[in-house]
Amino acid sequence: MRSFTERPLPELLRPALRWEAGLAVVVLLVVIVGSSVSPDFLTGNNLFNVGLSNGEIAIMTLPMTLIIISGEIDLSVASILGMASALLGVLWSKGLPMPAIFVIVAIVGLAAGAVNGLLVTRLGLPSLAVTIGTLALYRGIATILLGPATVANFPTAYTNLGVQGVPFTGNDVTYSTLIFVILAIIFGVVLHATPFGRSIYAMGASVEAAQFAGIRVKRIKTILFMTSGLICSFTGVLWTFRLDTAVQNNGLGLELDVVAIVLLAGVSIFGGKGSIIGVVLAVLAFAGIQNALLLTNFNQEATGIITGALLLASVFLPNAGRWVHRLSRT
Amino acid sequence: MAKRRATWLALALPVAATVALAACSSSTSSSTTSSSSASASSSSTSSAASSGLKTGLKVYVIPKQLGQSYFTTADSANSGGAIAALNALGETGTETSGNAATPAAQIPAIQAAISKGANALIVSATDPTALCPTLKSAMSRGIKVVTYDSDAPTCRSLFINQASTAAIGTSEVDILAKELNDTGQIAIVSAAASATNQNAWIGYMKQELKKYPKMSLAAVVYGNDDATVSTQVTQGLLQQYPNLKGIISPTTVGIAAAAAVLDTSKYRGKVLLTGLGTPDSMKKFVSDGTVKEFELWNPADLGYLAGYAAVELASGKITGAQGETFTAGKLGSFTVGADNTVLLGPPYVFNSGNINQFNF
Amino acid sequence: MRAVLSPRRQQRPDEPAGRTRSAELAERVFRIRESGIVVVLAVFVAVTAAVQPRFLSATNIQFVLVDTTVIALLALGETMVVISRNVDLSVGSVLGLSAYASSNLFGSHPGIPIPVVFLAGLGIGLACGVANGFMVAAGRVPSLVVTLATLYIIRGIDILLFSGKQVVSSELPDAFLQIPRSTTLGIPDVAIAVAVVIGIGAYYLRTYRSGRELYAIGSNPEAARLAGIPVGRRVFTAFAVSGAIAGLAGVLWAAQYGTVDTSAGTGYELQAISAVVVGGVAIFGGSGSVIGAALGALLLSTITTALYVLGISPFWDQAIWGFLLILAITLDQTITVRLTSALRKRRTRHA
Repeated sequence: MRSFTERPLPELLRPALRWEAGLAVVVLLVVIVGSSVSPDFLTGNNLFNVGLSNGEIAIMTLPMTLIIISGEIDLSVASILGMASALLGVLWSKGLPMPAIFVIVAIVGLAAGAVNGLLVTRLGLPSLAVTIGTLALYRGIATILLGPATVANFPTAYTNLGVQGVPFTGNDVTYSTLIFVILAIIFGVVLHATPFGRSIYAMGASVEAAQFAGIRVKRIKTILFMTSGLICSFTGVLWTFRLDTAVQNNGLGLELDVVAIVLLAGVSIFGGKGSIIGVVLAVLAFAGIQNALLLTNFNQEATGIITGALLLASVFLPNAGRWVHRLSRT
Repeated sequence: MAKRRATWLALALPVAATVALAACSSSTSSSTTSSSSASASSSSTSSAASSGLKTGLKVYVIPKQLGQSYFTTADSANSGGAIAALNALGETGTETSGNAATPAAQIPAIQAAISKGANALIVSATDPTALCPTLKSAMSRGIKVVTYDSDAPTCRSLFINQASTAAIGTSEVDILAKELNDTGQIAIVSAAASATNQNAWIGYMKQELKKYPKMSLAAVVYGNDDATVSTQVTQGLLQQYPNLKGIISPTTVGIAAAAAVLDTSKYRGKVLLTGLGTPDSMKKFVSDGTVKEFELWNPADLGYLAGYAAVELASGKITGAQGETFTAGKLGSFTVGADNTVLLGPPYVFNSGNINQFNF
Repeated sequence: MRAVLSPRRQQRPDEPAGRTRSAELAERVFRIRESGIVVVLAVFVAVTAAVQPRFLSATNIQFVLVDTTVIALLALGETMVVISRNVDLSVGSVLGLSAYASSNLFGSHPGIPIPVVFLAGLGIGLACGVANGFMVAAGRVPSLVVTLATLYIIRGIDILLFSGKQVVSSELPDAFLQIPRSTTLGIPDVAIAVAVVIGIGAYYLRTYRSGRELYAIGSNPEAARLAGIPVGRRVFTAFAVSGAIAGLAGVLWAAQYGTVDTSAGTGYELQAISAVVVGGVAIFGGSGSVIGAALGALLLSTITTALYVLGISPFWDQAIWGFLLILAITLDQTITVRLTSALRKRRTRHA
């Protein structure tokens, strides 16, 4: 079998010439329409704000993508964020030093992901149902940890990342955007250019075939869930610092938005299909549309309708293309 | 054949619906603010100018979330709220916020307002501290920040409080005590466990209860401003404390849900209810005796006052320091009190005698 | 096609006798699963009542039953969809839209008869369900994506139309508000009505061929299609019914709480799915019953009320809920694995 680098270029590009191309057009449209209806759309300041509001969601879409491609789903992402935030708040209010807190939060995130992974792989439970359960469980733990309290006296050195940009970029790029870009590159390389990534596609397409091919499905899926747990707890830390607030309902309800963006990217809910490029474009489209609506004070309630319509388009248009293709052959 | 048509139809349906709805909605949403500000500005610029206030300012009114009737009354021009005040002064007022009462949903709206060149922000804070990085960044750019209804104490110049926190807390207990003849076990059905206003009021309620030695507080339960949860916690209270004589619910969602639970022959008149509620949602319960008296304030007046305060700040006439005074149109004059807070006035008591005069 | 079939008569001519006995075994096991939930419920109630006898008071039982009706209805519709290996995430938004739009009719058309309002809610839900079903069945696209999209779209329509407004109880006729409060022999009428509807649903799924075909579709869609089952039509019907029931639940919601705004029903889809899963319905379809789902809804509702009655900090509520959900899924999986191996052993014995 030819390796990834040996395949001819057109074959490499063919996967990209589908839904992702359409997404790129959507992003372009959003930029054009956005900047024409509002002079503030393309300003550095606005881009900074967009990065701030969407950074955490964007970062969470990356491990979610790998999990969905592998044929599973993780609905507990926002609750892991909340639990990490609550843990950070409680430990900080007890006086632990920040580096120790980071380590503890990372371990808890890994553990949360491991619980998901083990329930799915060792006990064979369906991930949709399991992660609905852990969604409630982890949010519950966050509530037990913090109760009604709010912790809000984090040191400015950390909370500044909610206000200032990365130093060498002229204060236009948020830390979360930078982290997203770096992680997107890492995940992109892993998914598209390593055997590990190829095995993720394989197990999404067919678990049995992958197992027969010697791929250690259970181990890889557990790793994916643990990665999701780690990244989501890290995102919880980011969120808490950005808002300078640790409260039990941090991140409530974000999981649907994360899943929506990944599906919007053309990642198939059945597994085995999708790309990181698509996810990056989908993040841009989602954030851009929300921001454009906000700036023009167009009825913001329409955001949900547009998101929903795009989701529908993401499943219908590729199908429609297939029908046209089939009919053109007859 | 049929299947192809089916696929295209299935595709066309949502897209057509979206386009139709988007077309309808765009015509309704943007017209309200622009037309009213255009008509008002020309006639009132003279009055604004004569009192030394700037005109043509861009002010953004940012409630906890869009779509709650309490805030719609507080903010809109039709009800005489914040935007009405802004229009009267010749400014441009726009209401914006998120669709959920969370900081994550509210912050983008604040940021967008900053991007669009706001001169002043009028905010009802979804969280006392989470908005601070954003609000402080606004203030550092010279944007004046006024909070109303729900405060963010460390990152604004002025807080427009509906009534003094102490007055709300103590009066709620006093009303219930009067109805119960100073005797009995009571409970509190609150909002979210972390809600700043409610927790502050409850603090004063506990203090005021000490004045009534024959009354005791059984529990404080949290309804999360959700109808189902508020109903279930109220039911739980009734089961756990069979001797319960009264309930205070200092949140409009909570009192409506508790009233619905108590509105049966078994509890009506035996477990008395008071709290903070909107006249519209309470009309039925006052007329059938489930609730005798309850309190609120006029949210429209609150918004109106906030509008004037914001313009005074943005015009440099006040700085928000204690002791300063200003006039707020039809509401009269106000003095800034401790903690840079302006009080609208005492809470208003609604009962069967006056409730039908109100429509919010 | 309606044919009342008993398990024995459904046997096809070329089917070995062993298969029917396996079907009986499966049925017996799932009835055990349902009785398992009853046992858990009974134990839970007993423990709570031991600590706090008032938990079993007539009033509290009435409270719990009425509180459960809305989610039980949603669970009924969701079960039919999930059995066919689909999922309906839009039920919360449908409930919200129906709750406002239907109860608003009392204010805009004074004197409108209550049954008409119920029909209106049913109609709104049906329209949404038909749209869902059409897209899933005709478009042959994953239901999770479609119903996630309609969750957003329907809530968006609700907000666009009714944002900032409220339906309050003073606008609703007393007879309407009395509906959740009226009881017969101490049992709330709405609970009886919902139980009847669930009974009808259970009967349909168990005895009518079109009902049993949903199970077949959930077990193996391709095989079902090859066996001549009209998969598209069945799935469409399941979604239409789910939507209609959600619409009905919306009207009931309005009668129960009296105050309706555009946030009604937010998050209910996850509660419905939780009830369904706890009730023993496999998330990948092919097995489970509506009675199990209704019992699951009852169990989850009982837990919430029990915690408040016991005075356990409500902060523990969600964690317990999540833990129980995981426990239920694990239990189901263990049962299914045991059952599958038992069936396999029987089949090889008869081969």
